[in-house]
Amino acid sequence: MSASTIVKAPRPVPGPPREYHFPRFERRRLDNGLELVVAPVTKLPLTTVAVISDAGAVCDPPSREGTAQLVAKLMIEGGTERSDGTELTARFERLGASIDSHADWDAAVMTMTVLSEHLSAAFDLLGEVVRTPAFRAREVERLKAERMAELLQLRAEPRGLADEHFSRFVYNAASRYAKPDDGDEASVAAIDRDLLLPFYETRYAPGGTTVIVVGDITVERAEELVRRVFGSWSGGKPARVTADDLPVRRERAVHVIAKTDAPQSELRIGHVAIPRNHPDFFPVNVMNAVLGGLFNSRINMNLREVHGYTYGAFSGIQWRRQAGPFVVSTAVKSDVTEAATREILSEINRMRAEPIAPEELSLATSYLDGVFPIRFETTSAIAAALAVLVVHALPADYYDRYREHVRAMTIEQIRDAATRHLHPDSLQMVVVGDPSVVRAPLESLGFGPVALYDTSGNPTR
Amino acid sequence: MRIPIDTFSLPNGLFVTLSEDHTAPIVAVNLWYHVGSANERLGRTGFAHLFEHMLFQGSADVEANEHFELVQRAGGTLNGSTWLERTNYFETVPSNQLEIALWLEANRMGKLLPAMTQQKLDTQREVVMNERRWTMDNQPYGTWMEKLPALCFPPEHPFHHSLIGSMEDLTAASLDDVANFFATYYTPDNAVLSIAGDFDPSEARRFINKHFGEIPRGTGKPPLPDMSLPPVFGQWKREVIPDDVMLPRLFLAFRSPAFGTDDYYAASVCGAILGLRNASRLRRRLVRERQIAADASAFTYDLSKGSDLLVVDVTARPGVHAEQLEQEVAHEIDTLVRDGVEAEEVERSVAVIQTSFVSALQEAGERADRLSMFATYFGKPDLVNDEVDRYRAVTADAVNAFARERLGENNRASLLYVARDETPGELVGAGAASEAL
Repeated sequence: MSASTIVKAPRPVPGPPREYHFPRFERRRLDNGLELVVAPVTKLPLTTVAVISDAGAVCDPPSREGTAQLVAKLMIEGGTERSDGTELTARFERLGASIDSHADWDAAVMTMTVLSEHLSAAFDLLGEVVRTPAFRAREVERLKAERMAELLQLRAEPRGLADEHFSRFVYNAASRYAKPDDGDEASVAAIDRDLLLPFYETRYAPGGTTVIVVGDITVERAEELVRRVFGSWSGGKPARVTADDLPVRRERAVHVIAKTDAPQSELRIGHVAIPRNHPDFFPVNVMNAVLGGLFNSRINMNLREVHGYTYGAFSGIQWRRQAGPFVVSTAVKSDVTEAATREILSEINRMRAEPIAPEELSLATSYLDGVFPIRFETTSAIAAALAVLVVHALPADYYDRYREHVRAMTIEQIRDAATRHLHPDSLQMVVVGDPSVVRAPLESLGFGPVALYDTSGNPTR
Repeated sequence: MRIPIDTFSLPNGLFVTLSEDHTAPIVAVNLWYHVGSANERLGRTGFAHLFEHMLFQGSADVEANEHFELVQRAGGTLNGSTWLERTNYFETVPSNQLEIALWLEANRMGKLLPAMTQQKLDTQREVVMNERRWTMDNQPYGTWMEKLPALCFPPEHPFHHSLIGSMEDLTAASLDDVANFFATYYTPDNAVLSIAGDFDPSEARRFINKHFGEIPRGTGKPPLPDMSLPPVFGQWKREVIPDDVMLPRLFLAFRSPAFGTDDYYAASVCGAILGLRNASRLRRRLVRERQIAADASAFTYDLSKGSDLLVVDVTARPGVHAEQLEQEVAHEIDTLVRDGVEAEEVERSVAVIQTSFVSALQEAGERADRLSMFATYFGKPDLVNDEVDRYRAVTADAVNAFARERLGENNRASLLYVARDETPGELVGAGAASEAL
């Protein structure tokens, strides 16, 4: 397969790369504790504003999982003291502003993108949303009902089912990470409207909020807008919530979610990984690029291009403040479920057993190095990158030094990262598929004990 | 805002568009071939798409999957996609890597066939069959992608048949089919090449001449049949689909003016008023106020030949029956036709569309893709700079005229998905009857 062994026409040689740096940004802090990050990017008459609050899903009260997401959505959908949700939405959209509000695991994120001519008015509106949400009862009930509809839909949706059950079979039952970030039937039903305002008042406070402004604007103008809208906002600094990230078990196991007659098996194979701030972030990221992060990675080449088992197979780490999961995801034709699993297992083992080839390392690092500017073409992508910086308290020069960190990776570091952070003996495997086809072969594979569940996750025989 | 555009053609017919933007050291290469599933012959459905996969299997000087590897090694992103009317291939790379992207595209345009083998075809056939299972067969409602065009276009029409193809036809595809398809459609005179971003125009021209200049012109492709259709279906075509789903979902389509015509923009704004974002009518009335729908949206296919489709897509809330869902959606459509839309609704829609458009143009790849699109369909890449003005020119009167002409009961086609075990007998009967028509 190696290109160097075949005599072909010479390939064009690249010219010298043009210098690139991540957009310059400045940080300011208001007296009330609110942080401001501004990156002037003057390419087009467009600005993105992101409001990051310490109100992510890890802050959900026990047995009320889904609260953070519900609150984040209700910030827009539930209207403000001045406007109900219908009118509020129309006010944003008449300005052409796109607005989204949701809760990630570690933070609530409100993102607005608007043409420069409407920025001032849209910024005022955003301030109204953050400072005076109304949580109207009718909209609370509606959004809860919509989440219930989503959960019902999930029962017939193999990809979503696989993701949901994977979390449950990887993390211990007390971990917030074991349950869906948006909550399940029981926890959402238990969320009372009276809970929402206290959650908002505690978690959405200037001391726990950062406003990121990226686009066609100066630092001074951005600060002026932020002071105008948030300067008089009072409140404290919410206490940081730390998620329990312990696994549910250390031994391998197979969990089959029965979907009779499914033509494909949706597979998730993985285990608890490491937190975003772990010192091995770079080696693990590059190691994953070799294993399954890219189209030309080992897992996709093996399953798709050599065997034709699947349309695509990838691996990844979900980076969170505490340890998110490492997971290999694919969907394979039902009758090759066991064969595909064997190949995935063998690729994970091979990462640990032998050093990667120099051209594998150079593919991963030259890709991550070269693609760096392409990741930040839009104001919203730059705002999202700055949000990562804020949420994980990364150093201010993190993006300036990113590429040198990547280029410095060695084969030994990748091997070391694989040895220490891939745990083949602890892998949990979720299969959404047809038990009559997949069960017996998976049992004979010897991956681990095979248990059967219905789509709600109840054990069956 | 306007983006700069330069164009030229090579003697072999390759049409090139260039758009400079030096804000970041990034350049996008984008190639549209004017061939899609519409050009397939009977018994070979899915071939245009299978062929797209084969274009990543190497060419005379490139190994299988090496195209992906070389672009990723250069620090670039890439992909390809197939649609009813066209197939596109695209890379975004650091600007000093422009030549490798052009060389790769030229190598497969000029010298694909020496690298084709039966084994590669067999593997990609399996991959595509898995793509079909993943996106359609094992996905709730997934079959709408092939059922809706089948319902909306007459059986002999080029837009009628499945884009991803049937398992039978995919199985029947041969290496001869690959060779014939390549010779017929993958020629410089049937392609548009666009470059957007950070490049030196004279250097880009030199690269293009060097790598594409020697590729021979094609010998012509068979013309598509007459694509024109009457402005309306002439009836309400209905199909009920029992599926492995939890909630009923309605796809309601209207035959609408072809992409690029003035009337298209009125149709597009009408669709936005109905189902773009949260303040749209269907979201506001059915999701928020009446609470009978879990979600609602509207979109157009953007077909440039003959006629387009405007589609409304609404999923029921639990407890809402399929018949009720259809009646409520129809009621909203009827109300719009009867009472018309307000100027303010037009303004909201155009404002939202304009912001999305400007947002998209931040990316070099999006610029290049739009240039290729307008060049391929109309020979006029500069139409990209008229988009916002054409949307702004749409009036409430124009939307109302469109609605009166096209949203009536004589121009509806509905796919109604219902849970398999809860299919009401009468609905299945109605579906069978309309299929027989």
